[in-house]
Amino acid sequence: MIALLTRDLRLAVRAGGGFGLGLAFFLIVTVLVPFAVGPQTGLLTQIAPGVLWIGALLACLLSLDRIFALDWEDGSLDLLATAPLPMEGIVSVKALAHWITTGLPLVLAAPLLGVLLNLAGPGYLWLFVSLALGTPALSVIGTFGAALTVGLKRGGLLMSLLVLPLYVPTLIFGAEVARRGAEGLAVQTPLLMLAGISFGVTALLPFASAAVLRINLR
Amino acid sequence: MSIWEYANPVKFIRTADVLLPWVTLAAVICLVTGLIWGFFFTPEDYRQGSTVKIIYLHVPAAMMAINAWMMMLIASLIWIVRRHHVSALAARAAAPIGAVMTVIGLVTGAIWGQPMWGTWWAWDPRLTVFLILFLFYLGYMALWEAIEDDDTAADLTSILCLVGSVFAVLSRYAVQFWNQGLHQGSSVLRAGAVTGADTGEKVSNVYFMPLMISGIGFVLLFVALVLLRTQTEIRARRSRALLARERMA
Repeated sequence: MIALLTRDLRLAVRAGGGFGLGLAFFLIVTVLVPFAVGPQTGLLTQIAPGVLWIGALLACLLSLDRIFALDWEDGSLDLLATAPLPMEGIVSVKALAHWITTGLPLVLAAPLLGVLLNLAGPGYLWLFVSLALGTPALSVIGTFGAALTVGLKRGGLLMSLLVLPLYVPTLIFGAEVARRGAEGLAVQTPLLMLAGISFGVTALLPFASAAVLRINLR
Repeated sequence: MSIWEYANPVKFIRTADVLLPWVTLAAVICLVTGLIWGFFFTPEDYRQGSTVKIIYLHVPAAMMAINAWMMMLIASLIWIVRRHHVSALAARAAAPIGAVMTVIGLVTGAIWGQPMWGTWWAWDPRLTVFLILFLFYLGYMALWEAIEDDDTAADLTSILCLVGSVFAVLSRYAVQFWNQGLHQGSSVLRAGAVTGADTGEKVSNVYFMPLMISGIGFVLLFVALVLLRTQTEIRARRSRALLARERMA
């Protein structure tokens, strides 16, 4: 499993440039927002947590098809399936690799981008915490979507349609934590819910993803 | 005699052929009675005026939008566990109907909301959840369309249906948390209201009977449409198989 993880990480960093792409996309979305809504700092402060969450979510979504597509094309996914590793393990490792290459940079970059959007003072900590808790859920749910559409030619758009509704609870609680944090309100309840979703999907969804992948590899 | 006999497509088609005219007839009678009674023979509400009558479409459609997904969930489970093709096809047949019901619920709600709440749309928990449910229906149907192999499509969509159910329920509570509602609570059937323990607002008896009848009409309509569409799916698949065999020969 560790070998698979290091292999995926190395591939992501050295080949294809998928590593920085999500991050660059996040940056661009954040920069575009003031153009669209106007540069009033008060307004930006108000919408900053939500915008940053949406940006992170979309950046995550864009990189999902890379989880299985390349391995599917060159056949290494079939090799992995016949390896003595359970499919659930493969799926979990893939999700973890996706999180390390996409989610983690987003989490680290979000406070910096918060400066651009004039995020309120206490918001930085809670934005960081909510993204750190929420992006693993995004990766795990996204892995399920990627596994569903792995064999399809026009999979990308379909995957967005399938995955985005599944992202709704994570987005609501995550953005709620960030918003309440920025406004200095109590964050405990949405934070607990967000953590619950994250741990819940990490524990359960790999089974669904593995089942789906097995069907697709049949 | 067990329910699994209907897993045989021939048996299913034969039974559905017998049932379909009767169910359709009953649905038409219930809908016509319920809607005409509701629209023309109930008094106008003293505050809502005639807009109250949209309830005869709104409530049953919303109810069926959720129940259709439940039916798909059960059919998907049957497909996963026992692999009866009729069950998978029934789930596929129900999805567009459920989606249309969701749209009817949303549209009638908007038409009612404009004069009553002063807005077509509000980001209220129930409204938002219905919109998300609609997106789930869209994704489910799109996945069916996208995959060529029938069995793979049935497998993948049924797992999507299971996962989607969990997330639909989750969204329900997430959205509630996110925004306090404008949509009123259920005022039609409540255990407390029937036994008298609940003194909250309740739909008056004048409106209740036609609402019940049109609700039953919507259920029957759903059953009739699912039977019809499942038959169509079975026949379409059979004709495809025949064509393929022709080509092979």
